[in-house]
Amino acid sequence: MSSSDNRDPRFAGGAEKPRVAFWNDPEKRGYLFQIVLFLLVGYLVYMAGYNAVDNLQKQKIASGFGFWNNTAGFDIGQRLISYETTSTYGRAFWVGLLNTLLVAVVGIFFATILGFAIGVARLSKNFLVNKLATIYVELIRNTPLLLQLLFWYNAVLKALPDVKESLALPGGAFLNTRGLFFPEPVPGDKFEAVMWILAAGLVGYFAFGRWAKKRQAATGQQSPVLWVGLGLIVGLPLLAFFALGMPLSFNFPDLGRFNIRGGVQIYPEFVALTLGLVIYTAAFIAEAVRAGIQAVSKGQTEASYALGLRPGPTLNLVVIPQAMRVIIPPLTSQYLNLTKNSSLAVAIGYPDLVQVFAGTVLNQTGQAVEVIAITMAVYLTISLVTSLGMNWYNARKALIER
Amino acid sequence: MKKVLMSVAVGAAVVMAAGAASAQTLNQVKTRGELQCGSNTGLAGFGQPDAQGNWSGLDVDLCRAISAAIFNDPKKVKFVPLSSKDRFTALQSGEVDLLSRNTTWTMSRDTSLGLEFGPVNYYDGQGFMVRKKLKIASAMELSGASVCSQQGTTTELNLADYFRANKLKYEPVIFATSDETIKAYDAGRCDVFTTDASGLYAERLKLTNPDDHIVLPEIISKEPLGPAWRHGDNQWGDIIKWTHYAMINAEELGVTSKNVDEMLKSANPEIKRLLGAEGKFGEAIGLTNDWAYRIIKHVGNYGESFERNVGAGSRLKIARGVNALWSKGGLQYAPPVR
Repeated sequence: MSSSDNRDPRFAGGAEKPRVAFWNDPEKRGYLFQIVLFLLVGYLVYMAGYNAVDNLQKQKIASGFGFWNNTAGFDIGQRLISYETTSTYGRAFWVGLLNTLLVAVVGIFFATILGFAIGVARLSKNFLVNKLATIYVELIRNTPLLLQLLFWYNAVLKALPDVKESLALPGGAFLNTRGLFFPEPVPGDKFEAVMWILAAGLVGYFAFGRWAKKRQAATGQQSPVLWVGLGLIVGLPLLAFFALGMPLSFNFPDLGRFNIRGGVQIYPEFVALTLGLVIYTAAFIAEAVRAGIQAVSKGQTEASYALGLRPGPTLNLVVIPQAMRVIIPPLTSQYLNLTKNSSLAVAIGYPDLVQVFAGTVLNQTGQAVEVIAITMAVYLTISLVTSLGMNWYNARKALIER
Repeated sequence: MKKVLMSVAVGAAVVMAAGAASAQTLNQVKTRGELQCGSNTGLAGFGQPDAQGNWSGLDVDLCRAISAAIFNDPKKVKFVPLSSKDRFTALQSGEVDLLSRNTTWTMSRDTSLGLEFGPVNYYDGQGFMVRKKLKIASAMELSGASVCSQQGTTTELNLADYFRANKLKYEPVIFATSDETIKAYDAGRCDVFTTDASGLYAERLKLTNPDDHIVLPEIISKEPLGPAWRHGDNQWGDIIKWTHYAMINAEELGVTSKNVDEMLKSANPEIKRLLGAEGKFGEAIGLTNDWAYRIIKHVGNYGESFERNVGAGSRLKIARGVNALWSKGGLQYAPPVR
C-alpha cells in the first residue's frame, strides 16, 4: 500500500512514484471518507439508541426483555405446541413463530407446484390453456394481496355450512365454518416398527434409483424404477402394518354442543391464508418459470430432437436444467415474499408471529421497541436462511464449465 | 443488518419525537390551532363518523368539549381513528394529544405504558352475545364454543380468565379490528362475540339480523373507560379531567346547553364559579375563565351527551345504570369547582 517503495512494473523505469499529500491521493482519501462515514453512522445509531432508552425512562415506559418470562394470560387458537393461558410471553412467541413457519412451508410447497404448472401452461400451444394461464397471471398479479386474502377468507367462510349442518365427508371427516375436521391417528405400540420399515424402504428406493441410473449410463438399459419404488415405499410398510395387526387407531371427531370435538382440525383462517398466498405467489413464480424456459435457446431443443429424444425427455433433460439457472434467483425472491407476506395474516385472524407477538404481546406489555425489534430480527433470520439454502441450490445448478 | 439498524434508527426517531412532545401539550394544541383526538375506528354511540365524515359519540363529545374550552369552537378537532392495537403507540409517540376511545383504565396501562388516566366517562363491563337459536341463557353454558374477540384489548385477557376460572373450554378467534371481528361472527365463524357490554349493543346494529342475537346477562369484568394522556404533562391532564368534571357538575347543577345563558345570571355560587362569573378557576388550568361555559354551550352537560349518543335519544338505548349521577344512585361523581 505504501507509495514510497512501490514496485509496480509500470513504474519500472526507475522513476519513483511522486510523493503526494494524502488528501490528493484518491486511495487514501477514499479510506478517510469511509472512516468518517462509519463514525458518523455509528454515532447516529448510538445516539438514537441512547435517546430511545433515555426517553422511555423519562416517560416511565417499561423497557428491557424481562417480560419474556411473564405470564401471558391470553389464549391462542391454532397452536402446534402446547400452550395454556398461564404460559409465558416467550411461549406465545414460539407458538406464533411456528404458525408463521407452517404457513410459509406449506405455502412455498404449493406455490412452487402451481407456479411451475401455470408457467409451463403460459407457453402451451393450446390456445385455451395459454389464454387461461395469461388471464390468471394478469388478474392475480395486478390486485393487492390483502384484498385477495379478505376475499378468500370471506369466500371460504361463506361457502362452508354451519356447525349443525356439518358436511360429513367419507372416512369420518367433517367440514363446516369452523374448519376441516378429520380423524386423528393414534399410533399403537408396534407402529414404530412400521415407520422404521418405511424409512428402510425409502433408503432402498434411493439406492435402487442410483444403481438404475448408473446401469442405464453404462449399458443403456432401463430398469422398472417406478414399480420397485412403489413396492419398497408403499407395499413393504403396508405388509408390515397388516402383519403387526394394524397397530393404529383413530380419534374420530364428533359433534359437540357447539363445535366438533376431537380429531385434527384445520382452521379456515389457515386455509384462507395459505390459499391466498399460494395463488398470489404462484402468479409471480409462473412468470419466472416462463422467462426461464424462454431463455433457453430454440437450438437446444432442435439439437435434442436431432439426437432422437422425444419431447418429454427433451423438456426434462435439456430445457428445464438450463432454465433452472435463470429461474432460481427470482424464485428465491418469491419464497422470501411469501414468507414476509404471511404477516398479513393479522387481517383474517390467523395467529401468526405478527398477530400473536407483534400484536397481542406488544399490546399487553406495551414494549413496542423490543417486540418489534425481535419480530424484525426473526423475519430477517428466516429470510437469510431461505436465501442461503436457495443460493446453495443455485450454486449446484449453476453452469459448470469444463 | 442494515434493515435492523434502520428500524432502530426509525424507532428511536419516533421515541425522540415523543420526548419532545411530552410536555406542554396545551401550547402545541394552541399553536397548531387544532386538537388531535385519538378516537375509535367506528363504534356507534362512542366514536363514529357519519356519511359526511362528521364524528359523533360520547368519547367524541369529550374531545369536542376540550376543543370548546380551548378555542371556543367544538369543531377544531381532528379525529385520528386508531385500532385497539395501535392506540397506545400513537399516544406515546405524540401522534395524538389524547386518547378518547373507550379505553379501559388498568394498573399496568397506568404504570408501565407512560400514560395517565383519570376520570371515567363510562363505567362498563365485558359481556357476551350469542345467537338466539342456540338457546343459551347463561355464559356458563358456553363450554366448547368459538369466541370472536378483538386484539390488544382487556377483553382478550378477561375472556381467558373467565373461561379458565370456570373450567370451560373455548377456541379464541382474534382479529385486529372490531369490524373484522363482528363480520367473522356474522359469517358464523364463532358462536360467541365478546366485548364491553356497551360495545355489544353498538356492534349488534352492524349484524345482518340484529334481532337474531341476544346479550347474555353475565358481566365478567370491570371496565372503567376514560380518556388517557401522556405521563408527565400535568397541566394537560388537569384540562382533560376538569373538562369531564365540568360536564358532570353542570348536570348536577341543572345547567344545560339550552339554559346556560340564563344560568349565567344565577345567584347560586356553585353555578357562578362553574361558569366563570366568580373566581379565576379557568386561568388556573391555562384557559379562560369562561371555559366551562364554552363546554356546556357548545357540547352540553354529561347527561345531555349521554342521552344524545348512547341513551334514550340514540339507537343504542342504553339505560344510565351505573353511569347515573352519584345523587341518583350511579357512580358519576365530580369534585366541586372551588
